[in-house]
Amino acid sequence: MSTLAELVLIAVGSAIVNNVVLSQFLGICPFLGVSKKTETAAGMGGAVIFVITISSFITGLIYKFILANPFLVKKGIDLTYLKTIVFILVIAALVQFVEMFLKKSMPSLYQSLGVYLPLITTNCAVLGVALNCVTYDYNLLEGVVYGFSTAFGFFIAIVLMAGIREKIEYNDIPKTFRGTAIVLITACLMSIAFMGFSGMI
Amino acid sequence: MITGIIVAAVVVGCVGIILGFFLGIAGEKFKVETDPREDAILEVLPGNNCGGCGYAGCSGLAAAIAKGEAPVNQCPVGGEPVATKVGEIMGVSAGASVKKVAFVKCAGTCEKAKQDYEYTGVEDCAAMAFVPNGGPKSCNYGCLGFGNCVKACPFDAIHVVDGIAKVDPKVCKACGKCVAACPKHLIELVPYEAMHLVQCSSKDKGKDVMSACSVGCIGCHLCEKNCPSDAIHVVDNIAYIDQEKCTGCGICAEKCPKKIIL
Repeated sequence: MSTLAELVLIAVGSAIVNNVVLSQFLGICPFLGVSKKTETAAGMGGAVIFVITISSFITGLIYKFILANPFLVKKGIDLTYLKTIVFILVIAALVQFVEMFLKKSMPSLYQSLGVYLPLITTNCAVLGVALNCVTYDYNLLEGVVYGFSTAFGFFIAIVLMAGIREKIEYNDIPKTFRGTAIVLITACLMSIAFMGFSGMI
Repeated sequence: MITGIIVAAVVVGCVGIILGFFLGIAGEKFKVETDPREDAILEVLPGNNCGGCGYAGCSGLAAAIAKGEAPVNQCPVGGEPVATKVGEIMGVSAGASVKKVAFVKCAGTCEKAKQDYEYTGVEDCAAMAFVPNGGPKSCNYGCLGFGNCVKACPFDAIHVVDGIAKVDPKVCKACGKCVAACPKHLIELVPYEAMHLVQCSSKDKGKDVMSACSVGCIGCHLCEKNCPSDAIHVVDNIAYIDQEKCTGCGICAEKCPKKIIL
């Protein structure tokens, strides 16, 4: 069993020091695509937290009890190489299910997250977290904490980005840099700023 | 080797089949009853999600129409063709609706309107409320030309040309976003067929208008006196045309000393 201190280290490490967007370069697509307004960015961030936390738990279960099943391992059959394809399958189905469930039982939450849920289905950040949990050999609890805090790091990054982009709107940007170019430069500077956290843990 | 492949195929296949069944059952169990007309209406709506109807996007309007909360011709973008199709789905006649278009009531381009000073700062019309004299333009009613309407337009139909906003009536869908975005309340929705429009909104007295802009309404009442159908009136030093009474004779445009009636 992992101690509380270890869990806190995992949380801070994945949310800030190894920020999923700004230092691992995962989930760039929604980070650039849905960061025009702070409100929608917060909605996207919320949906990502929701999906990654659940999916890291479910994929953890699947890995432990199906792919790395002690019974199969004893027989000399190693199925862990199937993790990528199985995780994609599981995450896609999970997001579908969560969407259905929310639509039926929590319409208000569905109203705020609904449009973003299908967008996250095959997001690399979601798959990345599931695969990293395996790579780092986390147990179920550590995996869920890692998933939640990574998603929270995504939330921080996308909301910060949206705030900056709202300000950029009012600036006189040289024609060459307008649009995605200035956003990429901004992302780059944010990434350098987040480098300041490295070595904290 | 072969067992490895078979086991892998069986495991992935089983996971897939189980998930498939699970989703199928969940789909039945968590089915939400929706009005089939709602989807049909959503199909015929333009799908720009501009919000011009006052609902949160096209799906919001479709739901409202299906419930009977909104009239079938609520969509300002689709106009009559869409209203007719929606009316068919709902089983009611749409009724005639006039195609409208946005119109900027200012003609004070760079060389025609005077500037009090040079301004180099934040390019935003709303920010002009905090700048001395309400912006660099001498006229306090005219178009500021920083393009808040341009940013608001979801159809790329309005552009700042020569210092003032210009609407392209062919592209404009009359969603009303620019009307709401203009801090000077210069933009109005007018009938597409409107023959004559007053290109000024200045409520200043004639002398002040003359000193600020060469194409401002000076409130001389010439148009009002000469209109044969009583369609044009000067209120608060600015001429207004009642489009319902206007016959399009063109006498006002001819008589206007400043030539600001189109």
